Parts: sequence; structure tokens; C-alpha cells
Amino acid sequence: MKYLDEYRDGSAAQRYAENLRAIVTRPWTLMEVCGGQTHSIVRYGVDEMLPPGVTLVHGPGCPVCVTPVAILDRAFRIARRPGVTFASFGDMLRVPGTSDDLLHVRAEGGDVRIVYSPLDAVAIAEREPEREVVFFAVGFETTAPANAMAVQLAARRKLRNFSLLTAQVRVPPALEAILAEPQCRVQAFLAAGHVCTVMGTAEYLPLVERHRVPVVVTGFEPLDLLQGVAMAVRQLEEGRSDVEIQYARVVRPEGNPAARRAIEDVFEVTDRTWRGLGPIPQSGFGLNARYAAFDAERRFPDATPDAAEDPECRAGLVLQGRLRPQECPAFGTRCTPEHPLGAPMVSSEGACAAYWLYRRRRAAAPAAAGAGAT
Amino acid sequence: MGGELACPVPLPAGGRILLAHGGGGRMTRDLVERLFVPAFRNDVLAALHDSAVFDAPGARLAFTTDSFVVRPTFFPGGDVGTLAVCGTVNDLAMSGARPLFLSLGFILEEGLAVDDLGRVVASIQRAAREAGVAVVAGDTKVVERGKGDGIYITSSGIGAVIAREPVEPGRVRPGDAVLVSGPVGQHGVAVMAVRDGLRFSAPILSDCASVAAPALALLEAGLDVHCLRDPTRGGVATVLNEIATQAGCEIAVHESAVPVGDDVAGACEVLGLDPLYVACEGRFLAFVAPQHAEAALALLAARTDTSRAARIGTVRAAGTPGLVTLKTVAGGERVLDLLSGEQLPRIC
Repeated sequence: MKYLDEYRDGSAAQRYAENLRAIVTRPWTLMEVCGGQTHSIVRYGVDEMLPPGVTLVHGPGCPVCVTPVAILDRAFRIARRPGVTFASFGDMLRVPGTSDDLLHVRAEGGDVRIVYSPLDAVAIAEREPEREVVFFAVGFETTAPANAMAVQLAARRKLRNFSLLTAQVRVPPALEAILAEPQCRVQAFLAAGHVCTVMGTAEYLPLVERHRVPVVVTGFEPLDLLQGVAMAVRQLEEGRSDVEIQYARVVRPEGNPAARRAIEDVFEVTDRTWRGLGPIPQSGFGLNARYAAFDAERRFPDATPDAAEDPECRAGLVLQGRLRPQECPAFGTRCTPEHPLGAPMVSSEGACAAYWLYRRRRAAAPAAAGAGAT
Repeated sequence: MGGELACPVPLPAGGRILLAHGGGGRMTRDLVERLFVPAFRNDVLAALHDSAVFDAPGARLAFTTDSFVVRPTFFPGGDVGTLAVCGTVNDLAMSGARPLFLSLGFILEEGLAVDDLGRVVASIQRAAREAGVAVVAGDTKVVERGKGDGIYITSSGIGAVIAREPVEPGRVRPGDAVLVSGPVGQHGVAVMAVRDGLRFSAPILSDCASVAAPALALLEAGLDVHCLRDPTRGGVATVLNEIATQAGCEIAVHESAVPVGDDVAGACEVLGLDPLYVACEGRFLAFVAPQHAEAALALLAARTDTSRAARIGTVRAAGTPGLVTLKTVAGGERVLDLLSGEQLPRIC
């Protein structure tokens, strides 16, 4: 298919890998930020094409994975209420909270519906005025504009039966948090292309300056990733740290101003707790005072105390690139897609799911993929 | 409880049936293997193929049953009636049998438009004529409004086995070529598009059709076909996993060789779905002895209904039993596993 096949071409990938080999003189550790990139890497074997010593560790950019158990539990309680239609993107449905997931809530009679866009949820609210429609607004800066537009549309149409349960997160503060960890071994970031399509690159300049860490905004196809790695390695080899754009066919330095305006109109930056990572200041979006009426947490007050995360799940370490999924003692034993301990095992962007799906049966062999990490 | 018929405890976790138990993946397999098979254990069932194959006086027969609950009832390229005929006919053909007779059970919801039922029956008539089968028995039940979803059809079929050797996973051998009869994923994407109101510039049509003619043509040509299987629920990847497990072999697939229409590839890309896991209703996979692989492919390619057939993989001589690997378009190799449940569209 045009505009995709070119970026997955096997012989071009080999050439890119050879070019990369020619510029590497010592080991480097890079983090790809986005879970979509992680899946592409594991799925197409991009990590296996890299020269020895160049290691990719997987980052926190899986919105499903970082949604805290407390919000999930709250979502399940809202979805169980009679009269509520709970609309969600598909891959939230399998994510476990304390003792449930949305698939079980639906099997027990909750009205849980998969939508492809938050605007579909607004349409349901308009069509079924007797139902309270709650959209689960999960995601990074990528999904925030559409969620903002849904709220703007609901406000314009004066819908009183539409609200958002927000778990919107922002990438730059999470990268700050990862770099602040004393055990952090990340020397450069492949930033998430689609996040920067919306936000642009300016947000990463202070990070680069403060930590002297190269950031290359990278796409999602095998050749994008190989080129992103090469650009980051070149900066490291040359002792530079800049923000560069590999994914130039989509990303502009200024981002998408119209999308950013929608975010700024509806949301405000707030502190957020990330599943596995804990509280990170200024790392999320919440509805601002003007649109507070569309906040599901206000509409359905819930005094149930927040549940703790399963201590056996090491998702926090996985999300910071400090533990490979197969190195987790629960991987494939206590934790499987049918019975997950944590979200990375069931999200379509989760690192654990990628290794389960694409590498599991080879992981048992001594020359396990990804064992090159040190 | 306490009876002498011990019911195996099939499923942990909450004890509810989830939609994924019907999705064709790992959870469906668990349900079948841990509940149904132990309860009804017998030699014919144990083959776990698309049809049961057994001897009756003077004949070798294939017998199968399938239920059709597709929503919506009508979709681009077919309806629940077309599916009810083609699905059962195809299951018979996959056992090397010529489909002969069908029995149809209708479960109708109170309030269903008679015109809709008429359209479905016309589709059944047309599909049965095309497939050369006669509908010889049937039953109708009506359930209260809200207790069904328009029309459910259960169809059972009987066919006469024409294959001289059994056509079943147990006969798959190292070196066998894996062929697919045409582009994959069309039915699943067509149904998802109408179900979820996705609009494409041109509608994607379901591939829903009988595959008995091309499948039986392979057998009639005297080609050494070891196994046939139609990749319905769970798609090509799921079926390959089932066969690798049942045959105790490893199957290697080349991603770039798998035919996928541009429209289906595009829709899957947008939705975050893998076409290898999307249902087909008018395609089949054939495992053919290596010396007959080219002749089989040539035979299929020369027919109008299977002109885009392709060789997509090989059964490996030495490998891990039950493993399916995929040589990706980018040149890497990975496991092509069973999915846990249904594919769910992703966030971004």
C-alpha cells in the first residue's frame, strides 16, 4: 500500500542498518518513547537489525498502561450505574483495575460501547438524551485535541448528558521524571511522532538543554525507527544534543496550532498520577473551570478511597525502560493477556504485550531477543 | 453438583462468558478443549476439524454445524443467509466432501420485518443453488422482542467425502506448501465498517462465497492435498496456529506473500488491526505436498474465483511444534501467535 510499503521495505532496512553500523564507535542506550514505536520495533525485529551495543529501551508512551488503577476502578463504578452509557476506545476494555475490567462490566450488564472517536460519543448523547454518556478520555497529547473538540461540540449543542472521565497525560514531564531517576541509563530519546504532530518541538528544548540529551522526533514504521536511531546516534557520537525531526513528512516544529488551541480552550495542565510511575507534577490535562460541567468526576462524585496497585506488577520499571518484559518474574506465568497483573500486558501499545505476542516462544531460547541489554 | 457426570471446571476468572469466548482465539479454544471436548469425548469429535468425518453404510460422510449471529443482518457483499449457506458448505468442503444437504434452524425476533426475512431467504436460495446443495430440513422459533437480534440461523450440513485420503491437520507434513485462495480480511472489515459506521470512499465488500468448487477441484485433479481450512473467525493467523498445534509442526509464513486488498490494508492500518487476524468468509488455506504445490497454485490462479491465490508459507522440516513464525515485510522474523480475545481498535 502506498505511503506504507516504502517505509517497511526489507532491503532498504538492511541498507539503513549498514549505514548505522558505519557511524557507531561505542555502546549507546536510546529510549523510544511511544508504545506504538515499541510494537513496531518488536513486531518487525528492528532491534535485531541494530549494531551490537546500540540498545533500545522501551518508554512510558502507552496511554492505556499509565492510566492509574484508581481511575480505572472509578470508570468501572461509573459504567455500572444504571442509565450510564460508558464509551471508550477499544483497547481500554481489557485493562485490569483492582478486580475487574470493562469487558466484565459489560458482561454483567453495564452499557459499555466501543467508539472510534470521542465525537461518536457526543453523537450517542445527542441521539439518546435519556442516557448519561461518559467518554473515557485516555491518551497523550495526540488524543487531547479530539477530546477537546468533543467537549466544545457538546457545549455548542447544549448537551447536558455528556461528560469526560479524563486521564489525559503529557509526555515532556514524564521524560523529565525518567531522567531524574538515579538509575536512568537513557542517553537519547526517540520522541513520539504523533504527539509532536500536535504539540510541535518547543516543549523539548528545555529538556535537551538541561540534561544534554538528544531528542529525535521519530515515526512508527521500521525505516522511520532505523533513521531515528541513526540520527540520535550521530548526535551522541558528535557530542551534540539537539531536537531533530526524523518524522518530517508529518511533524512541523510549530505542531498543529488549531489542535493546540482546542486543547488550550478546554483543558488546563494539572498534576497526574501515572500507573507504575507515581505522581508527576504538571503531567496531565484536566477540564478547566469553563468546561467543568463536562467533568464526569464532578457529575458522579465518588468517595471510594483509591486502591493500591498490585505490588507483584513491575510495570513501573518496564515503563521507565529499567526492566525488559521477559525479565519480570510474573511474565507469562502469573501475568498473561487472559489474566494480566498490569496494563502493559493487554494494551495494544504495551511493551509486555509486544513481547508476549511476537517474541514469547523464542524468549525461552538462550539467544533471546533483547538479551543484549546491559 | 454431586451427580456422577463430572463437569470439568473450564474457566477461571469471574465465571462469566465474555464475547471473547466466541472470538475464535485462545479463549474460544480453552472453552472447547476444557468444557466441550471432555464432556462429549469420542473418536470422531477428537479430530476437531471443520466437519466430523465418519463411515455410514455404503458411504463416507462429513457432517457439520454452525450458527450465524452476524450483526447487521445485511452487509455489503452478503447477509446472514448467504453466510449460513456458505459457512456450512465451506466447512464440508474443507473436509474433502462435496456438500449435499443443509438443515436450517431460524431463531427470529418478534417484530422482524417479513420483507427482511424474505430477502434473507432469497439469499439462501441463491447461495444454495450456486453451491449445489439442497435445503432439506428446517425449524423456526420466534423469541420475544429484545431476546434476539433480528435473525439468527443455525445451519447443519451433510456431504459425501470425495477425497481418497483424509484431508485433515494430522496429515500435514514438513515441506508442505501453504496456499491461500485469495486476498484476506475482507469479510471482517466489511462487517466492522457497517457495524461501526465507518465510511470509506468505496464500500469494502465481504468475500462471502462458497469455496467448495475450487477446493474440490484440487482434490479432483489428483493433487496431494493434506489439509484444507477456511480462515473465518480469527483469520489466517488463528487457523495456522490451530493447524500447527494439531499437526505438531512449525509453519513459516512470508508476510509480503499474503494477498491483502489495498482497501482492507488501509482500513486495518487506520483501525490498528492486523489483516492476518481478520475473518474471511470466502477463502481457504490449502496444505499441499511440495511436489504438487506449483500445480495447485496454477490450478487456482487459472480460476476466476481464486485468481489471486498465493503461496504464503511452508511447513518447516525441523521446528517447534505448534509455532507459527512470520518473516515480516521489513526482513525481521517474529512469532505469529493466537490472539487472546477479539482484536480491539486502538487509541492512537
